[in-house]
Amino acid sequence: MKFGIVVFPGSNCDDDTLFVLQKVLRQEAIFLWHKDHDLGRVDCVLLPGGFSYGDYLRAGAIAKFSPLMQEVGEFAERGGLVLGICNGFQVLLELGLLPGAMLRNKSLKFLCQHVHLRVENAATAFTHRARPGQILRIPIAHFDGNYYAPAEALSELEAGNQVVFRYVDENGETTEAANVNGSAANIGGLINARGNVLGMMPHPERASEAILGSLDGRLIFESLILWR
Amino acid sequence: MIDPKLLADHNLTAEEYERIIRLIGREPNLTELGIFSLMWSEHCSYKSSKVHLQKFPTKGENVIQGPGENAGVIDIGDGLAVVFKIESHNHPSYIEPFQGAATGVGGILRDIFTMGARPIALLDSLRFGPLENPRNRAIMEGVVAGISSYGNSIGVPTVGGEVYFQECYSNNPLVNVLCLGVAQKSKLFFAKAEGVGNPVLYVGSKTGRDGIHGATMASAEFGKETEQKRPNVQVGDPFKEKLLLEACLEVMDKNLIIGIQDMGAAGLTCSTSEMAAKSGTGIAIDLDLVPQREEGMAPYEIMLSESQERMLIVAKKENVAEVQRIFAKWDLDAVKVGEVTAGGKLRVTFRDQVVVDLPVEAIVNLCPSYRRPARKPAYLKSLQALELPPFPSDLNSVLLQILSSPTIADKEWIYRQYDHMVQINTVLLPGADAAVLRIKGDKKCLAVTVDGNSLYTYLDPRTGGKIAIAEACRNLACVGARPIGLSNCLNFGNPEKPDVMWQFKEVIEGMAEACRVFSIPVTGGNVSFYNDTEGVSVYPTPVLGVVGLIGDISRMVSPGFKSEGDVVVLFGEDRGELGGSEYLRSVFKLERGQPPAIDLEREKRVQGLCLEAISRGLIRSAHDISEGGLAVCAAEGCYLGPGKIGCILDLGNSFREDALLFGETQSRIIVSLPSSNLAALMALAKESGVEAAPIGQCGGRSLIIRCADREIINLPVEICQRAWKNAIPRLFSLF
Repeated sequence: MKFGIVVFPGSNCDDDTLFVLQKVLRQEAIFLWHKDHDLGRVDCVLLPGGFSYGDYLRAGAIAKFSPLMQEVGEFAERGGLVLGICNGFQVLLELGLLPGAMLRNKSLKFLCQHVHLRVENAATAFTHRARPGQILRIPIAHFDGNYYAPAEALSELEAGNQVVFRYVDENGETTEAANVNGSAANIGGLINARGNVLGMMPHPERASEAILGSLDGRLIFESLILWR
Repeated sequence: MIDPKLLADHNLTAEEYERIIRLIGREPNLTELGIFSLMWSEHCSYKSSKVHLQKFPTKGENVIQGPGENAGVIDIGDGLAVVFKIESHNHPSYIEPFQGAATGVGGILRDIFTMGARPIALLDSLRFGPLENPRNRAIMEGVVAGISSYGNSIGVPTVGGEVYFQECYSNNPLVNVLCLGVAQKSKLFFAKAEGVGNPVLYVGSKTGRDGIHGATMASAEFGKETEQKRPNVQVGDPFKEKLLLEACLEVMDKNLIIGIQDMGAAGLTCSTSEMAAKSGTGIAIDLDLVPQREEGMAPYEIMLSESQERMLIVAKKENVAEVQRIFAKWDLDAVKVGEVTAGGKLRVTFRDQVVVDLPVEAIVNLCPSYRRPARKPAYLKSLQALELPPFPSDLNSVLLQILSSPTIADKEWIYRQYDHMVQINTVLLPGADAAVLRIKGDKKCLAVTVDGNSLYTYLDPRTGGKIAIAEACRNLACVGARPIGLSNCLNFGNPEKPDVMWQFKEVIEGMAEACRVFSIPVTGGNVSFYNDTEGVSVYPTPVLGVVGLIGDISRMVSPGFKSEGDVVVLFGEDRGELGGSEYLRSVFKLERGQPPAIDLEREKRVQGLCLEAISRGLIRSAHDISEGGLAVCAAEGCYLGPGKIGCILDLGNSFREDALLFGETQSRIIVSLPSSNLAALMALAKESGVEAAPIGQCGGRSLIIRCADREIINLPVEICQRAWKNAIPRLFSLF
């Protein structure tokens, strides 16, 4: 599987993601420059974490207008796999590839910490290597991860089994305390109806090596690598 | 016409002005006066500190670059070098906490990538007044948010630091930031302006009116009107700096440039004149070519502006187009504003008129150096006298009180606002004795710590200076790292006061002695004087940033107890010292007494033992005894471990019980190990000439401390942890 990692000005997890894919998981992975119009025949497009364009407007709001986003949109429409991590998730929301929006964390503070995630849907291209209900320990690092969607949209997401990850405590319970950023229905990651675009706030690339304290993030990359 | 008032506004004395006239052979014009005022300010010239700073050892076999450049550089083998420096941003952070702290981060980052290194870690040393005061909480919230906004956005993890709360910082908080970078040894860059005729390029943000006289502001005391200086504080743009970082590293990687310097304090003035002075050349620039954000800026303003996120590059003539192409890729301008000249002059033109024509040597190197009078403060004697308060009856509640003192308490409220994991190198997260970062593709790891107990230096500057070094190195030893270099930030009051100058001299001499004993080179740093508000100086506060190397990542150790049944061993010998302790401070509001004594040779042996025990794989945890004494160290050992295991210790009865528990005698480390390794450890200790005593065992759910069989502490680990963990969040939610 060939991965393409989009580099926006202000992306800062691009190198980390490339390192994990190339050096840890031994995959073919390249950077895709935001000003280009070429996806380099990749099988999966990754929108990495960071502060694209400084996030001075809404997070991800300017990245949406990057030239390459046209190709990314078409790629998604053709059923290509797209994974947005953190800022990448925010960009996917701005692009309209996923529904909803991000608000400031409920504490009104940036949060960097490990969280527990429950895999709600293990039948996706991004999660089939996990067990349904498996608890993953993966770090978050964001200011705007408080997921919001209107009630109808939320019930649609639930009905379509599109909520892929929920913030839970270490016992797997969706408590209020575990919902660190205040997201609607503890949502930490969701997928589009077609099942080829996933956005998640936690950083799987930060949990892919034993030396960093968790290997749970690998499940997501390995799911993609072994998909079909 | 230059009159005494104008001179006073520029913080120059009449003697200094006469010297300027002598050096340039005429009266300077206003722009030239502004240039001298900045470059001869305390902040830029080190005129009061130079004579003392020379006492630091700065050489070592692995030192590639000592003081005098943007940052120090140490060779770590395998073709790699670490580049690091610590710097203060105290005055701006008091006036405007968020932007002051943010631009402090931006400035130190530029110092590191200017040298060709990619910044991989930030650490902060912060000092605030007590949090019960709402104003101090507001300052702390602003400072932490400012650091977090800048570091998080640019993608450099803030991996550690330290925070103290004391009354003397209420009107003068300290914000010291350390940045560490890694570079290819073959691709280091320096502030050089070589090759007459080579183009001088201006890159980064446009120049505005912000920050004019920032360096002079940082060189004067604060009074009541200081808040009006807000326009002097610059505004940071971490996004712009991220672009600048990537573009600069790219042109350096392709070896397209000759020299580079950031425009920090004193902006265009400092970068042009310093680069030329270092290379024995001159620089001619045309201000009409300088990108400007505002209209109608005078030469004085353009030369003195401290707008952020700007760099000056001397490129190779044939590479200009390629340099400009790379900057354009990152949406940045690289504008030719002048060239390198012969003759050693800084020559500035504006609308076809020469507005500055000065010898760079005079600006950069001929500032007067002062040996200011120093006198031992009269108050010291009575301050050092200590009558111990009556013995508290309930030592359990005293321990909980100390654990919840903000200086000791958990700093998670702060560090979880910092992205401490980006770049995926952080193998030991904040909260340990030192931060540890891996180097991708290498077995080696870097450890970094920042330290400085200013109560010790206040009570006895020389001893405090020695302890600061000893403790920083001890923190490194506790994770298994050998110190390789040191950068320091010296925060003091007004150097024109003999009391302050004496503290400064004593601290430096103490530090220098310790550096020699531990063979650590000082590779740079910064002096921040005039930390006085309304005539009151802060405690003398040296903050040390020490970088260490761990040869093999699998031999790293952390502070928490790991396993039931492990033996707890104490390295070092207790002397029951309570002077200057956190115990007296937080329980009795006493900031007095003699700080603990320090025997540097003994300290070196203790650290050597700890390092050897770790590298032989004998011990599973190590934690140094510092503020709060043995009881706090042991409590932390319990709840910092993965299983939150308790322990039972017996401390004997050589001193009064509070001294045994909370005394801060130096050169002590608590380690834990499987009992099967005990004999080997004891033999090693004997060989190293270090006192080592098994004092107990890990196990259970409580911290139990006995004193010759009498139980004096018995607390569930969870209760200790809660006191420690909730203290700071509670202070922010209560009010």
